[in-house]
Amino acid sequence: MEDDAPVIYGLEFQARALTAQTAETESIRFLVGTQSLKYDNQIHIVDFDDENNIINKNVLLHQVGEIWHLSASPADKSVLTTCYSKTSDSKVVTCAAVWRMPKELESGNHESPDDSSSNPQTLELLCHLDNTAHGNMACVLWEPMGDGKRLVSLADNYVQLWDLQGSSNKAVISSSATLEGKGQLKLTSGRWSPHHNCTQVATANDTAIRGWDIRSMSQIYCIENAHGQLVRDLDFNPNKQYYLASCGDDCKVKFWDVRNINEPVKSLEDHSHWVWSVRYNQSHDQLVLTGSSDSRVILSNMVSISSEPFGHLVDEDDLSDQEDNPQEDRRKEPLQDSIIATYEEHEDSVYAVEWSSADPWLFASLSYDGRLVINRVPRALKYQILL
Amino acid sequence: MSAVTDPDPDCPGSDPARKRRAHGMLKLYYGINEEGKPGEKCDPLDPCDINGARFEPEVYLNKLRKDSSLAELMDQETGMVKQIRSLDSDMQTLVYENYNKFISATDTIRKMKNDFKKMEDEMDCLAANMAAITEFSARISGTLQGQHQQITKLSGVHTLLRKLQFLFELPSRLNQCVAMEAFPQAVTYYTKARSVLHQYQNMPSFQGIQNDCQNIMAQLAQKLREKFSDGVSSSSELSECVELLLRLDEPAEELCDKFLSHAQCRLEEELAGLEAELGAGPHQQTLPTASSSSTDILEFIDKGCNNFVSSLCLVIASYQELFITSVPGMSVSTRLQDGELASRDVPRMASGKLVEFVDGLCGRYFSVVEQRIREEKGVGDNSLLVRALDRFHRRLQAVSKVLPGSGVPARGTEIVVGAARGRVQQYLAGLKSFYLDSLTDVRQALSAPRLPGKEAPSLAEVLGGLSSAVLTQVKSVLAYMHLFTAKDVSFASKAYFKGEFCSQAVREGLVVGFIQFICQSSQQFCESVGERGAPSTPPSLLLLLSRLCLDYESSTISYILTLADEQFLGQDQSPLTPVSVLCAQAREVAQRLLNHYVKLQGLIVSQMLRKSVETRDWINTIEPAMCAMKRVVEDTTAIGVQVGLLYEEGVRKAQSSDSSKRTFSVYSSRQQPRYAPSYTPSLSDALVCRPQRSMDTNLLSNIQKLFSERIDIFSTVEFNKVSVLTGIIKISLKTLLECVRLRSFGRFGLQQIQVDCHYLQLYLWRFVSDENVVHSLLDEIVGSAAHRCLDPAPMEQSVIEVICERG
Repeated sequence: MEDDAPVIYGLEFQARALTAQTAETESIRFLVGTQSLKYDNQIHIVDFDDENNIINKNVLLHQVGEIWHLSASPADKSVLTTCYSKTSDSKVVTCAAVWRMPKELESGNHESPDDSSSNPQTLELLCHLDNTAHGNMACVLWEPMGDGKRLVSLADNYVQLWDLQGSSNKAVISSSATLEGKGQLKLTSGRWSPHHNCTQVATANDTAIRGWDIRSMSQIYCIENAHGQLVRDLDFNPNKQYYLASCGDDCKVKFWDVRNINEPVKSLEDHSHWVWSVRYNQSHDQLVLTGSSDSRVILSNMVSISSEPFGHLVDEDDLSDQEDNPQEDRRKEPLQDSIIATYEEHEDSVYAVEWSSADPWLFASLSYDGRLVINRVPRALKYQILL
Repeated sequence: MSAVTDPDPDCPGSDPARKRRAHGMLKLYYGINEEGKPGEKCDPLDPCDINGARFEPEVYLNKLRKDSSLAELMDQETGMVKQIRSLDSDMQTLVYENYNKFISATDTIRKMKNDFKKMEDEMDCLAANMAAITEFSARISGTLQGQHQQITKLSGVHTLLRKLQFLFELPSRLNQCVAMEAFPQAVTYYTKARSVLHQYQNMPSFQGIQNDCQNIMAQLAQKLREKFSDGVSSSSELSECVELLLRLDEPAEELCDKFLSHAQCRLEEELAGLEAELGAGPHQQTLPTASSSSTDILEFIDKGCNNFVSSLCLVIASYQELFITSVPGMSVSTRLQDGELASRDVPRMASGKLVEFVDGLCGRYFSVVEQRIREEKGVGDNSLLVRALDRFHRRLQAVSKVLPGSGVPARGTEIVVGAARGRVQQYLAGLKSFYLDSLTDVRQALSAPRLPGKEAPSLAEVLGGLSSAVLTQVKSVLAYMHLFTAKDVSFASKAYFKGEFCSQAVREGLVVGFIQFICQSSQQFCESVGERGAPSTPPSLLLLLSRLCLDYESSTISYILTLADEQFLGQDQSPLTPVSVLCAQAREVAQRLLNHYVKLQGLIVSQMLRKSVETRDWINTIEPAMCAMKRVVEDTTAIGVQVGLLYEEGVRKAQSSDSSKRTFSVYSSRQQPRYAPSYTPSLSDALVCRPQRSMDTNLLSNIQKLFSERIDIFSTVEFNKVSVLTGIIKISLKTLLECVRLRSFGRFGLQQIQVDCHYLQLYLWRFVSDENVVHSLLDEIVGSAAHRCLDPAPMEQSVIEVICERG
């Protein structure tokens, strides 16, 4: 069966920030934030029409500065946060803010691209996550599956928990933790675990991965030297509560069981340069996506450490979920971990990859030159997993 | 007579005829009838034959007178006279001659006649006497006839009495013997009397005797047993005891047991001695100096052989003599009591016991020996061990000769084989630790602080030292192992040593195992370094190991294996690891090590670059006056020198082979046309076309990228200097690019980057195989910096060149 060709969307600016519209589960929609020092930065809302293989985009202006990180509220389709840098007094500072996009855009409209590009709309600022005292914002995390009222921000060596009050127009720090240690510690990335009632957050600084309990704001584990070099990104397995994937400058992707921090469960070394982003598929956790500055995106099948190591075990619920699986072939033997596909559509370093929140078989990757590529899991594998 | 015939030549019949005539007369006299002489004309019956028997003188005379003339008659008459005369003289001579004989004969006859008369008288007397004697004798026999039978009976009674006396005296005599400890004598006495006593035991008196005797013999047997078991008597005494006891119908089984248990005591003492020595060994080792004072293994085994094994053989031999070979003779006596079946089973039972006994003791002995062998842990010369094992094995053959069915020699061979196996493992461990020690030394040598006055040993020297030390060690170990298969060693002809030992143990286990160990341990350096805070390996060690593995791949492995195959010509057909597999393995490891070296060195340079980019405030930096990349170039040069010591130069793409590019002016002038379109235009675009949409610049750089090949940053390198350095430089520049993209730049920041990149371009091209790689990466760096610049105002190319020239 022929796989659909990837769909490529080009932005005029360089870009690093990409997120799926998390609260949207009907249509496939990604948000991309641009980086430009000279022009007004934009947030592109990219709608993908799966049936017609067409991209529709809407552009929102983000005039406060270049966007380093984007994240969408899990509860409200129209709410998102950005981490942006602005220059003031020959100094670059990175701030974070909560925004609301115009109503007519939140669930996608079908304006023609020409119209939207000629007439960009502006984001509505809800509130700043004011942290001028606490250094540069690296990223902002929404509480997964929450009501869109709680946020965690990582700034230099602070982990801060925010509560959005009112109609999200006031942000208050409810608690905060400080990373103590030698030298100037700087948090680079983090993830909020969807398990344990959303009480755990993992952060990365330099080569270490740390877990935090946000109720007490205390460290619960620390994987020192998780990678040989800087850790770039983290992700939690959506189905296995102790499993964590990490990637970094040593070209490796590692899978951890946080109950045993001495050794990674698995380590992959498929990229030939730094790995900037790693994402578990939210439905099928054997599918792991990685993006690297070797300009490649790799989709791996980590079935041996997934929640379904013996293939898909069909039960009543699953049968009702899937409309087209009358066959009942079982594969009880453990499947082999393997690279499913390497995507080479990018010409520049890939800094972000994201699965769609609506279609579990679809993902997007963004390279620095502003190229967004939308790809699908190969059909053969899709059916192998489903059937 | 001839004198008689001579004067008668003319007589008829001539002289021979006359002679014959005389002869015939004598013959006639003696009755010999001469008959049938055919030549004889004369007829004996002729009455005219003067010599004939029927001679009649009248006839003769008449005939003569009628036939003859006077003269003839006259002649006849003279002749006749002559003949008569000669006959007379002959007669006279004869008579004279025989006269004396006749005289003495007559005398003798007369004397005899007298003697015989006397004898006849005496004979008569004798005859009379004899008649008298006969008469007396007849009379005596007649009178003694009755008493003779009595005498015979008496003498019979006498012997019986003597026997009885012997029997009656037996207890006391036995007592005496026991007192004098003349046990054999006592046993002889007793065995003589035993059957009689047994036969007449129903008579009360005999029964008493028998009881006495039995008591005494029981005492004696007891004494013998005591003697038997008191443990001080010699083995010949012992066997005497056993023999006596057997003759006393002691149950053979019990005796076997006793004999064996006694022997066991003595043998166990010896074993205990050995064990004590063994126990002393480790004990002494706890003392600091005593390790050398414990006896060496040869001495130990010698002791074991001389004491234990030879005693064992002695025991076996005497046991067999006593219980197994001599028992059939014994059974005659035992048959009386125990019946045939029991006695027939004795040899079988005895030999069964013996085998059990020998196996038990040997088991203990073997465990002692094994323990001792296990203590032999040194990895040096093992000739002592081999000799000890040889001796051990040889001596056990003696046991097998004495006791053919025993499993002892087989067990002994097993021990030898086990020892050989253990040895192989020890040597392997020794080789491994030697190798690791050498590596540690190398590591120290490499990481030792350079003393100012002293030149550090170069990498090539260190490598040479390491590889030759390892090779020497391997060779010496092979030589040691070879001792096991030497011709004069008794166990070398065993199947194990011919086959499996050579191929599996030495070749596969030792040599191949060691080579694989080298590969694996080298590979560990690739995995452990830079991860999880492991102590990092000096990069030069990686480089050195990579070269070592490559050397192994190219020559050393095949050399070592050939050496091993020559020395250990195994007859085993089991599959062997081929050289090619090992070589492939070594090459793979070499490749991984080199890749890792590149990665590590790249990382070191990268860290330097990253620090410099991350820590600097690029927005507020001052106008560039000098480049900041000197360290990078210096380090890269140093790495180049280091790699150059071990690896060849490698091939560079033709366009950069012109050495004149080294000078800056030439380089820039030549590079300018090609260099300019690469990044300067894109940069100037970004500046000049400020009013335009930035998409153009993106488009431009994208188009530019379309035509340049994708660069794999961490990729496999070739085994040469250029390739290694290309890898390191690629990694470093890519890091620089990524770091630049994370920063924002002010005007001078961009200019500084320009200067730095130009400087790098100036010096790095000569290290790499394809300078386009360097160019395109540097272009991207400057391009990215321009994009990230708040106030992009690039520096004039000529100014850049001047700054770079200044250094």
